[in-house]
Amino acid sequence: MNDQWTKELKERVQKIQAGGATKYHEKNAEQNKLFVRDRLELLLDSGTIRVEDGLFANCMEEGLPADGVITVTGKMNGQTVCVMANDSTVKAGSWGSRTVEKIIRIQETAQKLKVPMLYLVDSAGARITDQLEMFPNRRGAGRIFYNQVKMSGMVPQVCILFGPSAAGGAYIPAFCDIVIMVDKNASMYLASPRMAEMVIGQKVTLEEMGGARMHCSVSGCGDVLAKNEEEAIEMARRYLSYFPANYKQKTSKIEAKSIQAGIRSIEEVVPDNQNVAFDMKEMIRALIDENSFFEMKELFAKEIITGFARLDGRAVGIIANQSKMKTGSLFVDSADKSARFITLCDAFNIPLIFLSDIPGFMIGTQVERSGIIRHGAKMIAAMSEATVPKISIIVRKAYGAGLYAMAGPAFEPDCCLALPTAKIAVMGPEAAVNAVYSNKIAQLEESERNEFIQQKREEYQEDINLYRLASELIIDGIIAPNRLRDELKERLELYESKEMIFSERKHPVYPV
Amino acid sequence: MNKVEASMAGTVWKVLVSEGDVVDSGQDVIILESMKMEIPLSAEIDGKVSKIMVNEGDFVAEGDVLLELVGM
Repeated sequence: MNDQWTKELKERVQKIQAGGATKYHEKNAEQNKLFVRDRLELLLDSGTIRVEDGLFANCMEEGLPADGVITVTGKMNGQTVCVMANDSTVKAGSWGSRTVEKIIRIQETAQKLKVPMLYLVDSAGARITDQLEMFPNRRGAGRIFYNQVKMSGMVPQVCILFGPSAAGGAYIPAFCDIVIMVDKNASMYLASPRMAEMVIGQKVTLEEMGGARMHCSVSGCGDVLAKNEEEAIEMARRYLSYFPANYKQKTSKIEAKSIQAGIRSIEEVVPDNQNVAFDMKEMIRALIDENSFFEMKELFAKEIITGFARLDGRAVGIIANQSKMKTGSLFVDSADKSARFITLCDAFNIPLIFLSDIPGFMIGTQVERSGIIRHGAKMIAAMSEATVPKISIIVRKAYGAGLYAMAGPAFEPDCCLALPTAKIAVMGPEAAVNAVYSNKIAQLEESERNEFIQQKREEYQEDINLYRLASELIIDGIIAPNRLRDELKERLELYESKEMIFSERKHPVYPV
Repeated sequence: MNKVEASMAGTVWKVLVSEGDVVDSGQDVIILESMKMEIPLSAEIDGKVSKIMVNEGDFVAEGDVLLELVGM
């Protein structure tokens, strides 16, 4: 073959790989944004195979290299993955018809290979000028979301948001299992502030409308807030290390580590006084392998802690009440956060550990008006349906429907164990005595009241005595705090072969 | 100006400071009682208590401003 052909090909490839015009690269750099191919270098294992399709997409047009999106299949932590990555130097990463087709094809590849799909989003949205070719048709942008829904629970889907994700494009993160957002640069919104001002007359900043911090702490649309792009990519790599390639597999066990050195023991962390808060994260650290905690939605609905960890080298999902935040009661957002986390773990065969220290679901008009009952039902439904190993630990208290939501005995956990300090009841002694004897208390002379209340509280305490609950086989065992980690290790190993079908039907009618 | 807000609905159990008191960032200023738990609320800045809006025993909703501080 004539050298000329090879030379021309090489030149064309290099030009496409360089992305958009220099000024857009400079603008990227000003915003501390990396070029899309550099992001991929950081994301994928170096020196391993990777293939890229559709490099020449729209190459007959000037100024649209790869049509603004890169689609590759490569390796992460040794695991094959499929990736689509917007190139913000090409028409601000906007979508034309070939952009959309490329995204659909890499999704189809991920489905065929049954491997994780990553979306590196940095896009202004649809190219309105191309709308007929990319918006309404069978293989238009809608198909991307349709595919995402189809793939949900089949393979892990990860979104890293580096820049905007606007209008319809904002649904890519919404259908992913995890959304990692880069602080200051990432944003998602259905309408930009400019559009909002025009249509509804509202004047706000981009950060208020759909900034990374807002989504990670208020709306709950974001899971992890990263301080820069490098950290965001590192978090994506860490996140996937807890996951198998697809729903048919299990996460491999890695080398076990001991707990972090020099931290307080569970006995020291958990206070005797039921009415005083403590930091549940300290207790988690005292149970898991050193530095293995990956928290989901750390800044959102902090009264519940959800995160992945390694225990004796095994991947687990931990869901724990944080009494330090809003007493650890379940609210609308925390019930939502829990339901989603439970579903995620169950989809990919990650065992669940529940650490209960819960006064109950929050009460009062504010939460009733927000639909606490249906949100609570959502969490209880997700927890009931989970067929992965479910270990329920009552750390300090589990009152009311809180016991149910935290995988209480009726919800078929593989075991429900309690620490010696634990209390399980419809409600705490103070509230219970008041509920049962309020008329009687009102009739008593002032001088007799305190003694009566005290006596009834003591009787109540006796009624919910933990050994009584164990004697009645309500709980499966009482465990010393310093034995808990070993107990969990052993049980996780024993439950590994668990297989169950929850119910036969098409699907439940979800309480949402 | 810095505000201390109720982190959740509940009753003001104890007001630990008086107007004019100087407080450090992180110092507990009010304790709420809700869901039979104590919820200490702390100052977010070093400052002087300029106004206390609640009394012990008051019911407060989430987000209510309980106390105002002026930075020092």
